[in-house]
Amino acid sequence: MARRFFALMMAVALAWPAAALAVQPDEIMPDPAQEARARALSREIRCMVCQNQSIDDSDASLARDLRLLVRERIAKGDSDREVRDFLVARYGEFVLLKPPFELHTLLLWLLPPLVLIGGGLALWRRGRERARVALASGDRPPPLTPEEEARLETLLAEPASGAGGDDGKITKD
Amino acid sequence: MIAEAGHYALVLALALSLIQSVAPIAGVRLRDGALMNVGRATALAQFAFVAVAFGALTLLYVLSDFSVLNVFENSHSAKPLVYKFTGVWGNHEGSMLLWVTILALFGALVALFGNHLPQALRALVLAVQGWIGAAFYLFILFTSNPFLRVASPPFEGRDLNPVLQDPGLALHPPLLYLGYVGFSVAFSFAVAALIEGRLDAAWARWVRPWTLMAWIFLTLGIAMGSYWAYYELGWGGWWFWDPVENASLMPWLSGTALLHSAVVMEKRDALKVWTVLLAILTFSLSLLGTFLVRSGVLTSVHAFATDPTRGVFILLILCTFIGGSLALYAWRAPTLKQGGLFAPVSREGALVLNNLLLTTACATVFVGTLYPLGLELFTGDKISVGAPFFNMTFGPLFVLLLLMVPFGTLLAWKRGDLPGAAQRLMAAGLIALVTVLAVAAWTSGRAVLASVTIGLAVFVILGAATELAERIMLFKLPLKVALRRAVGLPRSTFGRTLAHAGLGIAMIGIVCETTWNSEHIAAMKPGDVAAIGSYVARLDRVGERQGPNYREQLAEFTILRNGNEIGTMTPSKRNFAARASSTTEAALLSRGASQIYISLGDVNADGAITVRAYHKPLVLLIWFGPLLMAFGGLLSLSDRRLRVGAPQPARAARRLQAAE
Repeated sequence: MARRFFALMMAVALAWPAAALAVQPDEIMPDPAQEARARALSREIRCMVCQNQSIDDSDASLARDLRLLVRERIAKGDSDREVRDFLVARYGEFVLLKPPFELHTLLLWLLPPLVLIGGGLALWRRGRERARVALASGDRPPPLTPEEEARLETLLAEPASGAGGDDGKITKD
Repeated sequence: MIAEAGHYALVLALALSLIQSVAPIAGVRLRDGALMNVGRATALAQFAFVAVAFGALTLLYVLSDFSVLNVFENSHSAKPLVYKFTGVWGNHEGSMLLWVTILALFGALVALFGNHLPQALRALVLAVQGWIGAAFYLFILFTSNPFLRVASPPFEGRDLNPVLQDPGLALHPPLLYLGYVGFSVAFSFAVAALIEGRLDAAWARWVRPWTLMAWIFLTLGIAMGSYWAYYELGWGGWWFWDPVENASLMPWLSGTALLHSAVVMEKRDALKVWTVLLAILTFSLSLLGTFLVRSGVLTSVHAFATDPTRGVFILLILCTFIGGSLALYAWRAPTLKQGGLFAPVSREGALVLNNLLLTTACATVFVGTLYPLGLELFTGDKISVGAPFFNMTFGPLFVLLLLMVPFGTLLAWKRGDLPGAAQRLMAAGLIALVTVLAVAAWTSGRAVLASVTIGLAVFVILGAATELAERIMLFKLPLKVALRRAVGLPRSTFGRTLAHAGLGIAMIGIVCETTWNSEHIAAMKPGDVAAIGSYVARLDRVGERQGPNYREQLAEFTILRNGNEIGTMTPSKRNFAARASSTTEAALLSRGASQIYISLGDVNADGAITVRAYHKPLVLLIWFGPLLMAFGGLLSLSDRRLRVGAPQPARAARRLQAAE
């Protein structure tokens, strides 16, 4: 779906890249284990001329070059880490779809756990606070105003037309 | 003439929205009922004029009037008629016109069916709708006018982008916009409540059906877009964590949270202040999505800087509405009364946890989508945040959420009994455990993570079923009595069960597709065979065919299983001359919920054609889940309790009840 919106956007400015296939038959490595490693790595490497596509998905010629490069390094005996480091040294951190955990990505990586833990703590503290206040005041709702009383009367007098509770019973909460 | 009429109608709609922005509020201030009701009339008239404008643009497309710039740039006389209609929103200007048309439609619906609303609240809601409308009419008229003429009209248009010439995409934007823009109603209610300083359980009851409606459309829109990407883009992916996709996921996540917190507010008069904030945030995220997609900021910060008119305009709208509503919230929210109390372990507590997880998931998507933009803007560093990041952060959050769903629905309001709920879920848990072991054994223990997540999904589905079974006392009462109880249950109960089960079903599809997808990439000649999973595809013939506005290369495959023919598949590749671009048309063969997927690539020098073939086990469940969720939403929407605030006369509701 993203591609659709992207397409809408690009329709104004650019032509849609010709749809073709990503990994070509002639790129596949003879050793299935190495090929599997190459595919897994390719999924984490960004095609730099595309919008948010991995080189595994992209049909751009640059992506093909990078796929071949990854396979070349793997064939030479590089570890996954060495391949990644090689690509970063050549093209910068931009090629990694999963940014490394560093000072300038601190907020990116830490925000989700912070929101979760911070939110949880805030809720917990607030719940305790309110429970204490309620205990002190006796947890009684403020009395109804005369108008509200009158409305309640008319509502209760009506036949049950839509006052079903959650499970179909008439509830009075 | 038609273009000028459309343009004129749009200007009139702007004028009406300006009146709508002011008059009802003045009415509320002066306690003048007639002035308050002006909002109703203008909302209806505004919709009529936007509809005229939209109709005019559609007519221009159908007539292929290439003297209009927008039509010339996005249409072609040979384009099939249905795509002349859908091409109206296949471009920036037209899609913005669709956006305001839907906004005006929702305004008109509130005006028409808001009879139950207190007069002042309705007036304020419509006024806020008027503000949003006015801002976007101005945006269209000043920066994105679809009715501009070309000085010397060309004979032929440039045609619609071929990837958009597809039935899936024809429906996707309207659905998505119905969702996005539908949340504007909840937003308007929230702002109106803040202005009025009055917020009660009835407010939640009015807001819920509108939120639910928007949520249904957004769910369908996202699912349809995902399915389109799956069959059209040619490599069988269905979710890419693309910024534009994320832009629609964020309002869905916070909208889902809103849906749940509104329940708490309606039933227990609690979480009021939070619900209002969520309503504001959800529509703010919809606006943000519009900004991200429409401003071009996503391609690059620099692309945005080179032609910033549109982007800056939307950014201005964004800041005004988000900043304004949040400031109003900060100012007024402390004066709102806090609602009912509840113990941490209770239905309310579970829904709060649901909200916490959904909000965190939303924040994760938000930071992942915008962090690279922010970093580049402030430090110049370029980084990428893609699927691996989101899978790593979003995944665990959603697993946690799924684990919680069955417990939450079984807890009582106010004070729940967790050990009791766990006991009632024993059967579901046991079956889930057996599933984990069975899957692990079947895969010889190679896919531990997949086994566990499938077990979790089964737990969610059975947990939803358990709740339903308990309500009708299945197995406790005679079957007949239990069934009679089932008939008497409110539809929203079934809606909830289906929606939660849909989550589990989608999860199974996602896990199976990602874990056991088998792929075969090869250059094939007629007579060659390819093994895909337990199937064999034989290439019989390669040929060419002429379509209405394209030429396509196609290949015919016969699919065999154990030597028996089970079907034929004809994937193709279309070349559109007018745009000099091509699309892949993958062929799909469904076997139950699993699919065989074949797409074509280029023809090599030696005449062999590149073929990508997949077997995708249970892949259809990925979209069946959301469909079930949307259907559950629809059932809930048809529930008589919600009709109090929804478009349905009270009398009809009563008749229905008698029939039950």
